[in-house]
Amino acid sequence: MAPEDASVHRVLGLSDEEYETIHGLLGRHPNHLELAMYSVMWSEHCSYKSSKIHLKRLPTEAPWVLVGPGENAGVIDVGDGIAVAIRIESHNHPSAIEPYQGAATGVGGILRDIFTMGARPIAVMDPLRFGPLDDPRSRWIAEGVISGVSGYGNSVGVPTVGGEIVFDETYRGNPLVNVLAMGVLPVERLVLGRASGVGNLAVLLGASTGRDGIGGVSVLASAGFDEASQNADKRPSVQVGDPFEEKRLLEACLELLDEGLVTGIQDLGGAGITCATSETASRGGAGMDVDVSAIHSREEGMEPFELMTSESQERMLAIVEPESLDRVLQISSRWEISASVIGRVTGDGQLRILDGFDGEVLAELPASTLHDDAPEYERPLSPPENLIERRSLDASSGPVDCAADLLVLLRDPAWVYSQYDHQLFLNTVVGPGSDGALLRLRDPRTGHETGRALGMSTDGNHRWCHVDPRQGTAMVVAEAVMNIACVGAEPMAVVNCLNFGNPEHPEVMWQLSEAVDGMSEACRAFNAPVVGGNVSLYNETNAVDIAPTPVVGVIGMHPKLSNPPPGMTVSPDLTLVLVGQQPNEDVSMAGSRWAWEIGGCKDGTLPEFDLLQTVRTAAYVTEIVQRNQVEAVHDVGEGGLAVALAEMAVHSGVGMHISGFDGHRALFNESGGRVIVALNRTDLESFLKETSNRGVPAQTIGNTGGPSLVLGSTINLSIDDLTRAARDELPQALGQGTVSG
Amino acid sequence: MSRRVGVIRFPGTNCEFDTVDAINELGGEAKVVWHGDSDLGDVDAIVIPGGFAHGDYLRCGAIARFSPIMDAVSTFARNGGPVLGICNGFQVLTEAGLLPGALQKNAGLKFLCRMEQIQFASTANVVGLGASVGDLLNIPINHFEGNYVCAKETLKQLEEENRIVFRYTDNPNGSIGDIAGISNKRGNVVGMMPHPERATSMLLGSNDGSSLLQSLLSTERAPSTNENVASTHDERI
Repeated sequence: MAPEDASVHRVLGLSDEEYETIHGLLGRHPNHLELAMYSVMWSEHCSYKSSKIHLKRLPTEAPWVLVGPGENAGVIDVGDGIAVAIRIESHNHPSAIEPYQGAATGVGGILRDIFTMGARPIAVMDPLRFGPLDDPRSRWIAEGVISGVSGYGNSVGVPTVGGEIVFDETYRGNPLVNVLAMGVLPVERLVLGRASGVGNLAVLLGASTGRDGIGGVSVLASAGFDEASQNADKRPSVQVGDPFEEKRLLEACLELLDEGLVTGIQDLGGAGITCATSETASRGGAGMDVDVSAIHSREEGMEPFELMTSESQERMLAIVEPESLDRVLQISSRWEISASVIGRVTGDGQLRILDGFDGEVLAELPASTLHDDAPEYERPLSPPENLIERRSLDASSGPVDCAADLLVLLRDPAWVYSQYDHQLFLNTVVGPGSDGALLRLRDPRTGHETGRALGMSTDGNHRWCHVDPRQGTAMVVAEAVMNIACVGAEPMAVVNCLNFGNPEHPEVMWQLSEAVDGMSEACRAFNAPVVGGNVSLYNETNAVDIAPTPVVGVIGMHPKLSNPPPGMTVSPDLTLVLVGQQPNEDVSMAGSRWAWEIGGCKDGTLPEFDLLQTVRTAAYVTEIVQRNQVEAVHDVGEGGLAVALAEMAVHSGVGMHISGFDGHRALFNESGGRVIVALNRTDLESFLKETSNRGVPAQTIGNTGGPSLVLGSTINLSIDDLTRAARDELPQALGQGTVSG
Repeated sequence: MSRRVGVIRFPGTNCEFDTVDAINELGGEAKVVWHGDSDLGDVDAIVIPGGFAHGDYLRCGAIARFSPIMDAVSTFARNGGPVLGICNGFQVLTEAGLLPGALQKNAGLKFLCRMEQIQFASTANVVGLGASVGDLLNIPINHFEGNYVCAKETLKQLEEENRIVFRYTDNPNGSIGDIAGISNKRGNVVGMMPHPERATSMLLGSNDGSSLLQSLLSTERAPSTNENVASTHDERI
């Protein structure tokens, strides 16, 4: 093998030190193919080299956690012999360049992570963040992404049951497209991505390998955007999705797993065959011989490095015993998917790339070095220099017209989620457009109802996290937990998608570190361990980092579901009670939508946040929802109390009279840990007594009825006006047909 | 009584198990029938469920009509067997010539998944047992290509022959005559865009779909005659 010339590794995204490490590990200079394999596996995207040191601080254990971070998906035991697999991932950079395909392949990739564990994916959620609606390019990206999620997710047959949609200047050049997927499996079917048993075969299933997505993880996912690269030259690194191929692949893999034909299985995502073969081999403590000539490819003349690093979609690698091969090929052929034996498990720990099993050795390296020896950086971190000054700002100043401001802040996401199948599998008791989703839990072996249900929510808030990444992230976790509390579910696990800027900027590493600490505190308080996650760095445009955006997905259990939870719909003549954190005249508006979008101040100090009180509040809300003790319940989140009340009023077509809340500070501040509850007047006294016994603050704020939303002397708006403002914004901005699938 | 129901599964179909569950819940015995088989087995009724048969590539239902099982489905239908096509199944039935017309992209050029209200316009068919014309039902839709279209003469014929089964009360997709579902002349073949299997429990927001599936289970097979064979063949006008 020829010694490497000095510059190639840099083109591939490896630093000089990293090259020297490889040199040391091999005891010789790597050849081109080996270098290409290290470059994709040691990329930020695959190796988590900048974040690993911080992620170790997250709580990851609980008795019900079957599989924690590090595998394809986290898995928890939900009782009755049923396990739930869950995972969240980003597809930010591909979506910035090719919105439809970027989002579509994001959905495809996360689904493979779920069925790799042996689970049938039954739900997707899509937290989406775009640049401002008045920016044409951002609108083009938003519409393309929404179409991509719809086009791929609906066709592959997994319902999209929730998500978020956020527009902000910070995402103008760099949208965030995160996708969460969840699946169920019988506990005994849990499979891990391991290659074991010398002589076992590695079978590549699914789509042929093409030149799409070569080095996507290193070229795209691990570097920021600048003016010149925004458009054309990165496009060939975006893969093209085929949901029909994925659907057949999914069904075939589940059949293989049902029949017990595979000893290990692994999806091909970032870093393609290199990742799948080396990961399965090193996890299983084995080695593997890989024959590149056996890979079914899309075109003639592909180079070995292209075959080994291609990110062509809809492919899986199954490890099977030789005697099972015939049956595996039979099932593949029934589902019309290609299958080729491309590898053999060996006992020496080496990953050998060969041209024919008995042919020339093209590359040879210890499989585990691609993972275990990936660099780990303790990058410098420091808070922003002007932090003290930033935190001293008053975020409540600016022109105030509360009624007009409320109309601006209202947004009904129905235009988005009505494009997603959110009902398939007949589980969706509460779907998108509510606080959290609630899905019936059925036994994956029999299809029988368990009488229980899974609550799910995804949440992020770049405004809170910009102001204070630590407290902001804790509040984000609390928000997600409160959302599922509103559908009666108790939290069991969290997954995270850490979207940050350039890790080479000390301020970004400080944000990441603070966010991890805030998340740890909150997850410990809610007893919800982190079972998996994804880190997306280099979210920057022209050297400007995005506001820190950790996104969390939380999953929880409703132990006894006999009726749909109350939801946010009210009838007239109910009493409204604010439960949780109570108002305080000097409350800060920092990090609120009002401050960012209307007042124009992005800094300040976040409102005080009482984590333990929020834990008590969430537990209490969960109970009253489970007992169907209240008529309606709605979380107070972005936009504050006024937006939450308006959402309830619009949803119900019923007005409200609220007193004691005057002025923008009281109406739009975003203190955490609050819920609005509606109940019959006759139940009020006992309710307030109970909350007081439980240490949960509560106060009557008004009642329902009439044709208008009346908030003290500040706001008086008709339900019609509110409805129009909420309903029309997205279709008017995005529904103009600028994109086709 | 039609108790045993064959639910056709093409590659890309995704509502087959929901349909099986809904039918079994109502006391039927549903089984999945693979598209590559040529024999339906012992069944009293057929459902072609929703999804994306063959990826909906080329055109929805255009490839599915060539799947081996479709010959058996056609024969079953010609012999008066009850056949219900739901969503993608409706598209397949029109492509296969078992129902007239076609389903094109929604007028808004967007996929739509949401609850819709539909109204019985005719009960002289396999889903109308026990129902009355004018009955209102809440049943979700879930489609991109649900905009029913047909020739003027066909529409006239459908109306005269009492073959418009459902109309939307607030047309979501631009369908001609607000049509949500139609039948063949004898009423044994019905195609509808809304998903009755998704409206079978109040936990899911509606159980108005149960009565339609119950009707399918209770329908006697229509008598087989030569004229009927001829009329089915004539559907593709």
